[in-house]
Amino acid sequence: MNTPEDLRYAKSHEWVRQDGGGVVTVGITDHAQDQLGDVVFVELPEVGRHVKAGDTVAVIESVKTASDIYAPVSGEITAVNASLDAKPETVNESPYGDGWLFRISGGNDAELDGLLDAAAYVRSLDED
Amino acid sequence: MRYHPHTEEDVSKALQTIGVGSIEELFDDLPRELRDPEMDLPRGIDEVALLDHLRSLAAKNSMSGPDFLGGGVRRHFIPSVTPHLALQSEFVTAYTPYQPEVSQGILQATFEYQTMMCELTGLDVSNASMYDGATATAEAALLAVRQTRRERVMVSRGVHPETRAVLATYLHPLGVTLDVVDLDPLTTPRLFVPEDVAGVVVQQPNFLGYIEEMTALTAATHAAGALMIAVVDPLSLALLAPPGAYGADVAVGDGQTLGNPANFGGPSFGFMVVKEELLRQFPGRIVGQTTDVDGKRAFVLTLQAREQHIRRSRAKSNICTNHQLAALMATVNVGALGPQGLREVATGSVERAHTLATRLEAAGLAPHTAARYFSEFVLPVAMDAAAVRSELARRGIHAGVPVPAEYGLGDAVLLSATERVRDEDITALATALAEIGAARAREVAHG
Amino acid sequence: MADFPVIYERSRPGRRGAQPPQPRQFDLEAALGGENLRKQPPRLPEVSELDLVRHYTQLAHRQFSIDANFYPLGSCTMKYNPKVNEEAARLFQDIHPYQAPETAQGALQLMYELQDDLAAITGMDAFSLQPAAGAHGELAGVLMIRAFHESRGEGDQRRVVIVPDSAHGTNPATAAMAGYEVREVPTDASGEVDLAAFEAAMGADVAAVMLTNPNTLGLFERKIRKLADIAHAAGALLYYDGANLNAILGRVRPGDMGFDVVHLNLHKTFTTPHGGGGPGTGPVGVKAKLRDFLPVPIIAKRGDEYVIDEDRPRSIGRLRSHFGNFGNLVRAYTYIRALGREGLREVSGHAVLNANYLRVKLKEIGFRVPFDRVNMHEFVAQPPEGMRTLDIAKALLDFGMHPMTVYFPLTVKEAMMIEPTETESLETLDAYVDALQQVLERAAEDPNYLANAPYETPVRRLDEVKAARQPVLRHRFEERGAPGS
Repeated sequence: MNTPEDLRYAKSHEWVRQDGGGVVTVGITDHAQDQLGDVVFVELPEVGRHVKAGDTVAVIESVKTASDIYAPVSGEITAVNASLDAKPETVNESPYGDGWLFRISGGNDAELDGLLDAAAYVRSLDED
Repeated sequence: MRYHPHTEEDVSKALQTIGVGSIEELFDDLPRELRDPEMDLPRGIDEVALLDHLRSLAAKNSMSGPDFLGGGVRRHFIPSVTPHLALQSEFVTAYTPYQPEVSQGILQATFEYQTMMCELTGLDVSNASMYDGATATAEAALLAVRQTRRERVMVSRGVHPETRAVLATYLHPLGVTLDVVDLDPLTTPRLFVPEDVAGVVVQQPNFLGYIEEMTALTAATHAAGALMIAVVDPLSLALLAPPGAYGADVAVGDGQTLGNPANFGGPSFGFMVVKEELLRQFPGRIVGQTTDVDGKRAFVLTLQAREQHIRRSRAKSNICTNHQLAALMATVNVGALGPQGLREVATGSVERAHTLATRLEAAGLAPHTAARYFSEFVLPVAMDAAAVRSELARRGIHAGVPVPAEYGLGDAVLLSATERVRDEDITALATALAEIGAARAREVAHG
Repeated sequence: MADFPVIYERSRPGRRGAQPPQPRQFDLEAALGGENLRKQPPRLPEVSELDLVRHYTQLAHRQFSIDANFYPLGSCTMKYNPKVNEEAARLFQDIHPYQAPETAQGALQLMYELQDDLAAITGMDAFSLQPAAGAHGELAGVLMIRAFHESRGEGDQRRVVIVPDSAHGTNPATAAMAGYEVREVPTDASGEVDLAAFEAAMGADVAAVMLTNPNTLGLFERKIRKLADIAHAAGALLYYDGANLNAILGRVRPGDMGFDVVHLNLHKTFTTPHGGGGPGTGPVGVKAKLRDFLPVPIIAKRGDEYVIDEDRPRSIGRLRSHFGNFGNLVRAYTYIRALGREGLREVSGHAVLNANYLRVKLKEIGFRVPFDRVNMHEFVAQPPEGMRTLDIAKALLDFGMHPMTVYFPLTVKEAMMIEPTETESLETLDAYVDALQQVLERAAEDPNYLANAPYETPVRRLDEVKAARQPVLRHRFEERGAPGS
């Protein structure tokens, strides 16, 4: 299982990359995509929506499950990965790359600090 | 015991295997003080007595004679082959096709049904059917609310009163406002649709039987960014422009007229067909085509992540069952009739209704014929409408669904025709209406 | 081998089947208006009557059913559907819902008596036969609970419906549809509702508790009276999901246990056919304090006459058109009258006997039973360690037997939920155990056997990912021309 060191993680299996300028990119972890199985549809939020950390902002569907995706930080949705509409399997193939989900602008440092680093995230998986 | 195979020997063998002394012991978890209640029920009876009893109840209903009843349910011709095929025990006694390898019969028939509904309505995607036309309409309104995130629905009074009642029941707990648009006097007038409206619901032909200007109503709806929900009689679509042609976003209705018996109002089935872009908001089961591991074409329930057994409290609807068997009846029936037969049934119904209206006019009655109608129209009467229906029933004629007071048409009944109506039935109805003094003088009538 | 054709592929232009009365000469355009007419005909099948018969008969042969196969789906109650029910339903099938009620007295009497019969069976005070299915009955029930709280001025305060984590998906979906939040309570080690968690979840914001008893693990909730007392003390009402009523028929009644509202699934307990997915029927019953809120119409009796009562101002309103799935009401009535009170009691006796017999037999061949105690009409098992429920289910298909319900309840890993019903013989149950044992043996011999099963079915494992990623939801015709234009 792949858990890049340069990302922050939520216990609910989202990863966060700091893009600079107060913008973060969010996706789901390799572990999460593996647990879900073949992704068949991704329901993404509207650009411009203001979200609070912990809000349900997206849903990822496999054949027999629907999993909620939570905002890891607060802020405004500034972009979503529209290519997932046509190719939802990208979430399986490239969870940390082309399979990203959405970007949030405005997250505060305290929220970012509250997220896990790679080692802590991997430890949290053992607790499940 | 009836329907149970257990001999005394079987029962003792099973008890011994389980390791308990009696069947009663298996119920030890039940609260002792509540056990074995008195139930005020008769004792069981043998099959001869059972059928005698049921036949005596059946004999207290009249099911024959000239028939002009409509109001959304009509007794059209159903060829013998339809129930013979649709009610084969493999279809009747199967469960929901969750194991597709051994459920291709039902899955493929449903795929054929979905195709048929898309063809009839001119829209893109059909689900596997719903409870009835009224609940399908309510589900369509909820879909419009989800899709537009608006909380107001407009409905024409031309939509069946029972359907509007169901809409109110479904929308109320969610805080969605329901506005009713009056008819003027027989059809829906030009609409002004405010921009907070999620969907507009119009029935074609409307409850009174008249033809709505769907193109203009749809344009007004779309101008406000709302969805047009067309409630249609699927049989009428053999002749009338389909919802897809006038731009409706959702077509719903009741499928009874496509080949189900009247069944005292149920079961029939509801259908819902939508434009492709609404697929993700779509409630209910859907069958899709795929292949098996050997590359063979096969069918399977798909897009299930929308449904209650997966989404639970955030499903698109709590609906679990569809009205599979009734939808299958319609699929087989339309297969039996073919496009030409279906057109003949619809044309015959329209022709018979127009012949009836002409005949009543000739007899000095004043049916409302100022607006175009399909196979049903309003006849004003000079006495209580329910009394007219009862008097006709006493003469062996089934006719005269009372028109509710909300339409402002005074005492009036609906008269409907099917292709089965004979000339002598029309004569019998005209004669009976004259006999009971139902005629309202022509000069009093208006509209 | 070629694909089995869809009916549209059997179509040939000009071919005809059944013949309706031929319409007379008539100017449709003049009557309906040219602008209202359809421009292109729908592409519907053009087949002969024999083509049609072959097609749907062959399709029927590609389908498992109770009449041909053992079908022990837990929670679904796939028992024999007596043929006399079908004959009875045909006696009433041509009644029109709007014919003068005095010409439909037999149908109305039947419904009136069925309302009373169901009340007697469940210990409730009044019934509505309107809901079209179990989930629809749930909606009726929760809307009545809502109306009850609103009538007492507590509508705004009570925002929550409690459901156990093992509940059917329809329970939380229904609560949401009725405008409620859902609060889940966990299951304890004995397989029943966790009492401490239940007490903690209860409060003045709770409108209702929805329970299935026996629960979806097939276990009777022994603390039911305590749960009812706690709920009632907090002002909440207790809702009975009747999915499993067949387990306690004639033994204890929901009304006596403290439930305020019940829905029944006539297609489970009362032998109306499942029809390949419906129509079901979900009558809803209430205690007297909720009677006024029942959906309209109710069938009432005035003197010697049966009448359709729609004038009920406190009703939650109408839930569907007409009176319910009447055809199924006839079937259920026929079944209840055939069996009578003693016969109904034997239903639960033999259903529970068969389920316990099968539980013991399956344990003998290595299946695990997470809550191993006397169960009611069904039980939840797990496959031997290291095996997948899905694979075992698929392998069973080659034996001409339908699998159990799989992966439900969600709270048990690799769940197999098994409900044999009372209409199956011990020989059939033994054959099922034997089939499962053969599956285990073959799996031990050949590591690929399970992953590729089934082998003998009309089609084999399907590509469900493809079906969902690239949905094909209708037949694609080869010639062009959109029907809607």
